[in-house]
Amino acid sequence: MELVCPAGTPAALRAAVAAGAHTVYCGYADDTNARNFPGLNFSRAEMEQAITHAHAQGARVLVAINTFPRAGDPGPWHAAVADAAAAGADAVILADTGLLAHVAQHHPDLRRHLSVQAAAANPDAINFYAEAFGVKRVVLPRVLSVQEITAINREIDVETEVFVFGGLCVMAEGRCSLSSYATGQSPNMNGVCSPASHVSYDEEDGALAARLGGFTIHRSGRGEAAPYPTLCKGCFTSGERTGYVFEDPSSLDASQLIPQLAKAGVSALKIEGRQRSRAYVGQVVRSFRAATDALEAGRPIPPGSLSALTEGQSATTGAYAKTWR
Amino acid sequence: MELTVGPIQFFWRGEAWRDFYARLADEAPVDRVVLGELVCSKRLPFYQTEIPQAIERLQAAGKKVVLTSLALITLKRERKLMAELADMGLEIEVNDLTTLAYLPEGAAFSIGPLVNTYNEGTAAWLHARGAARLCLPPELPSNSVAAIAATCPAPIEVWGWGRLPLAISGRCYHARLHDRAKDNCQFICDADPDGRAVDTLDDQKFLAVNGVQTLSSACANAAHQVPGLRDAGVSSLRLSPQSQGFVELCGDFRALLDGRITAEAMSRRALPHAPGGRYCDGFLTGDSGVTWSQAGTGPV
Repeated sequence: MELVCPAGTPAALRAAVAAGAHTVYCGYADDTNARNFPGLNFSRAEMEQAITHAHAQGARVLVAINTFPRAGDPGPWHAAVADAAAAGADAVILADTGLLAHVAQHHPDLRRHLSVQAAAANPDAINFYAEAFGVKRVVLPRVLSVQEITAINREIDVETEVFVFGGLCVMAEGRCSLSSYATGQSPNMNGVCSPASHVSYDEEDGALAARLGGFTIHRSGRGEAAPYPTLCKGCFTSGERTGYVFEDPSSLDASQLIPQLAKAGVSALKIEGRQRSRAYVGQVVRSFRAATDALEAGRPIPPGSLSALTEGQSATTGAYAKTWR
Repeated sequence: MELTVGPIQFFWRGEAWRDFYARLADEAPVDRVVLGELVCSKRLPFYQTEIPQAIERLQAAGKKVVLTSLALITLKRERKLMAELADMGLEIEVNDLTTLAYLPEGAAFSIGPLVNTYNEGTAAWLHARGAARLCLPPELPSNSVAAIAATCPAPIEVWGWGRLPLAISGRCYHARLHDRAKDNCQFICDADPDGRAVDTLDDQKFLAVNGVQTLSSACANAAHQVPGLRDAGVSSLRLSPQSQGFVELCGDFRALLDGRITAEAMSRRALPHAPGGRYCDGFLTGDSGVTWSQAGTGPV
């Protein structure tokens, strides 16, 4: 089982490799990737060095070019692909149909993975991307149960990669424009969701209101932790009900499901969090490498040691359990 | 410019569904009607038997009829349903790219607003694959719309009216709000024919939920954007159905496109029935989707 680990910086990449990552994914420092945060990501030179370093340690590097090119300005996306190929990337992770067609035509030897942002959620969609663009691996959207993943793997010839830890999208990935509705910036177009540039914390009557684009996403009392106002994890009112309408502020931890996912035919496990620190990355990767080593050796998965790292200190197995829906 | 009526996004049972399309056929000055189930396959049995008559009546009234695919296809039953859709002999509107896999070579299809057509490269690929028409994602700014329309030979449509489809999920929020599992939802989304309001803790109108779909609270209204969209080469506007005053709205939009009423007058007339009670058009020209270009200029 391959462990695919996040790196938002060259330091995080080295930490991930040192902690036992089989594969690291990262992106260029612009809006061609879906974690386009200030101070994050790789220059051209850093990417070349990172790939050389990872390869020397026996690890692979995937370059995420998984936003949707701006109409009238495909240049930065085409350049990112060409530079990733020249730097020796083991694969590129793509979401946009036009960009997939471009890479299939102009870089036929560059391995293509389908980003979760393309939300290919059934065997027909996956086979379509495989046939049309020669995609070799699909990152499955976080809307599927383990049972459904098993069924999908029976009907496709390409590899599947699934998220096992980190932030959890409640919506089908790449099919959500909540963030741009409130702020003008979205994952698909700008590589950001609920951007910090549009966040404000206002103290009012002893409570702290966390707002995004002027909309109140959360309110916490004195002494309570104030969560980051990610739109779909907010507290809202609908009719008689007030609460987390979309999703509780928890994050995904499917470490205990690894044996089931292996049995389901999954090839690779993905850890979310290119925006996280190298210390976080190192700790999570070490823990999951212990889990995949246990799996290979036929031992039980070690009990989770990562609860302190999950968002709001609460974890969910998300859509992998059908009751989540 | 032409007018397309999009599929009903909400759950309307048999009679309401039938009456809506009967009136649309008889009274609404629109060119094209996209119908069928977009959001949740569990709703379809409640009006499925009405579909053939609706198609016939709309066609007899001279309207082009197109069948929509689901927005998110996951279950085996849904895949089978989509394959059957392709056999019906009508143009199919693809709202999940999966649907392309079921369309036989040469079958007529168009691309709906829930497919991620963000640029001219994707539009060109879809057109080469046979797409007869593209309705662009509502999120696109007007300069992106213009860049795509400038190079794509297929007619380009944009979202003209109605609550904006902002997200689709595997989870049903209507069921969650009623403490039910999706598989035991008991079809409670039918209680909200225009979506269920989701407000902030400060009572700001913000979003609406509709089963597995999340929409804007505000009603998108492209009336003031028509001259710019025309210049950009956009050939039709999409009007998304609402439970009240929709046929009248179609008439008002036709009058607007024909230059018989102003955007201000149209917007004022249509406001009482607009879901959410306020307008937005910010995805096209504003700083964010929720903004309204006419804010501060009058009652609407």
